[in-house]
Amino acid sequence: MKSTAPLTPNFFSGAGRQTSILRLLRNKFLTGLCIFLSLLTLIPLLSIIILLLQKGVPLLGPNLFTQLPPAPGQDGGGFGNAVVGTFAMVGISLVFSVPLGIFAAVYVNEYAPVSKLASAVRFVAKLLTGIPSIICGVFAFAAIVMTTHKFSALAGGIALSILILPTILLTAEQALMGVPYAYREASFGVGATPFQTIWRIVLPEASSAMMTGIMLAVARASGETAPVLFTALFSYNWIHSLMEPTASLSVLIFNFASLPYSHHVAMAWTASLVLVTLVTVTNVIAQVIFRPKHQ
Amino acid sequence: MGENLIPVGSGSPITREYRPRTDFFRGICWLASIVTVLLLAFILGEILIKAWPAIQKFGLGFITGVQWSPNREIFGVLPVLIGTAASSLIALALALPLGLAIALFLSEDFLPVAIRQTIRFVIELLAAIPSVVYGLWGIFVVVPLVQKYGGVLADKLGFLPFFQGPAYGNSLLTASLVLALMVLPTITAISRSALVAVPKTLREASYALGATRWESILGVILPTAASGIVASSILAFGRAMGETMAVAMLIGNSQRLSWSFLAPSNTLSALLANQFAEADGIQVNALMYAAALLVLMTLVVNMVGEAILRQTQKATAGLR
Repeated sequence: MKSTAPLTPNFFSGAGRQTSILRLLRNKFLTGLCIFLSLLTLIPLLSIIILLLQKGVPLLGPNLFTQLPPAPGQDGGGFGNAVVGTFAMVGISLVFSVPLGIFAAVYVNEYAPVSKLASAVRFVAKLLTGIPSIICGVFAFAAIVMTTHKFSALAGGIALSILILPTILLTAEQALMGVPYAYREASFGVGATPFQTIWRIVLPEASSAMMTGIMLAVARASGETAPVLFTALFSYNWIHSLMEPTASLSVLIFNFASLPYSHHVAMAWTASLVLVTLVTVTNVIAQVIFRPKHQ
Repeated sequence: MGENLIPVGSGSPITREYRPRTDFFRGICWLASIVTVLLLAFILGEILIKAWPAIQKFGLGFITGVQWSPNREIFGVLPVLIGTAASSLIALALALPLGLAIALFLSEDFLPVAIRQTIRFVIELLAAIPSVVYGLWGIFVVVPLVQKYGGVLADKLGFLPFFQGPAYGNSLLTASLVLALMVLPTITAISRSALVAVPKTLREASYALGATRWESILGVILPTAASGIVASSILAFGRAMGETMAVAMLIGNSQRLSWSFLAPSNTLSALLANQFAEADGIQVNALMYAAALLVLMTLVVNMVGEAILRQTQKATAGLR
């Protein structure tokens, strides 16, 4: 038995080169194809950005944010009420989902990480992330619009709160997990109660990562149309109470996009530009300013 | 609770005894957890209760019926179910090669990190664009394109039932093209983490045997990551089924059964989006029934996808 592989006579002669070149060519071809396919996706994105700027910028101006939408067929006006409506409904959604999500995350990660309830909460949160956004709207329609017999900002806000609850809960849990265990041990070591440890040590440490999750949720909620489409409906007036139909930027885009008036279509593009800017800026703030402390 | 009291020795600097009190905060957090769990049950219950009159009245005929005419109180969603499945499948077929290519591109070292970071940023940007903006873009870019080249397709491939003319701008194909773009980030992100999780030693072993890069990718890396990629496709399929606004703006909202990709169609979510605001009477119940079907379908698809993903993570966790 030889202990080393034999050097065959043609080892250095290049007898196998023919297939080798084929293999290398195939290698190069597939690399090229892969890069080509990756760059292909840039085209639609560039197209979206260019069109947003090209069609959205001309109408841009301060009046947009202070005036009401024009009636079909008329010119001028703005979408101030839709901006206010979007902020109002996102605000309502935060009021419900931030405490619920964070307290549930505290229970799941701090008080009873290995309980049945904790695994149930994690399971439900996972399922909720997979539920289509329009189902949040259907639920709010069934639970609120059908009982109050009114389309309202409240119904829209609640639909959005269900949409963002899993995001807030899961990111809050991640944030709590990121706090080193030594902090809790140190806190217990100096005699703090579980409540004091969570309230004074763990939550402040996790707060910036939690803010990231909340900002991501805000970005998501402000761009969503389906949950508010038939819960808050739309309005051509300023919002006076939370129990009346309310305009939002996303529904304005949807409604105006299919109108046969070029001014309204142009307004839909400008509203899209504003919405995309709003969502992107919120996303960037979430990821840059509130950078998680512990990685 | 006597055993929780910490005895204080005479020489100890501690002057007070530690006495655990009722933790109200724990109660609040417990309540929040219970509410979260019950919320899902509440959502499902509420939709089922409101759908019940329609479920009783139409039964399974709702699923097999091909006609949807609210004013005659005839409700059948078979064409809509087919449209939902077809648009999502076509979108997946279009997005999978692209998403896989990008995922490979991001996990291999073809190009410098800076370019890979840019591509990753672009994909994240795609994920952040609201659905309704995709719809608006689709109306102005994809609809004219499909109108223009759909006619050519119908002429050349019209003998196939899938490309039968006449070609409409607002069609199954239009919606699927935009959907493909929208599920691309899901496919890319999950496939990429599956590819990154492939142990380095496998790749090194393959290189050591003299395999070229692509022989390693096709022969070793992709097969190892296969189940993660399957999971990403299933989750993307679930997302595509639930996607609403862009589809509602582009698919043409027609309940007529057709084999053609170039004909208008409808999906469950688009049906809900278009009819809920003006519905009343039994139509609301019928829409709730349709919503219940949508929830059921997406829940099943997502649970299967998540299960495969968990299985994959378990299987590759030991290999490092």
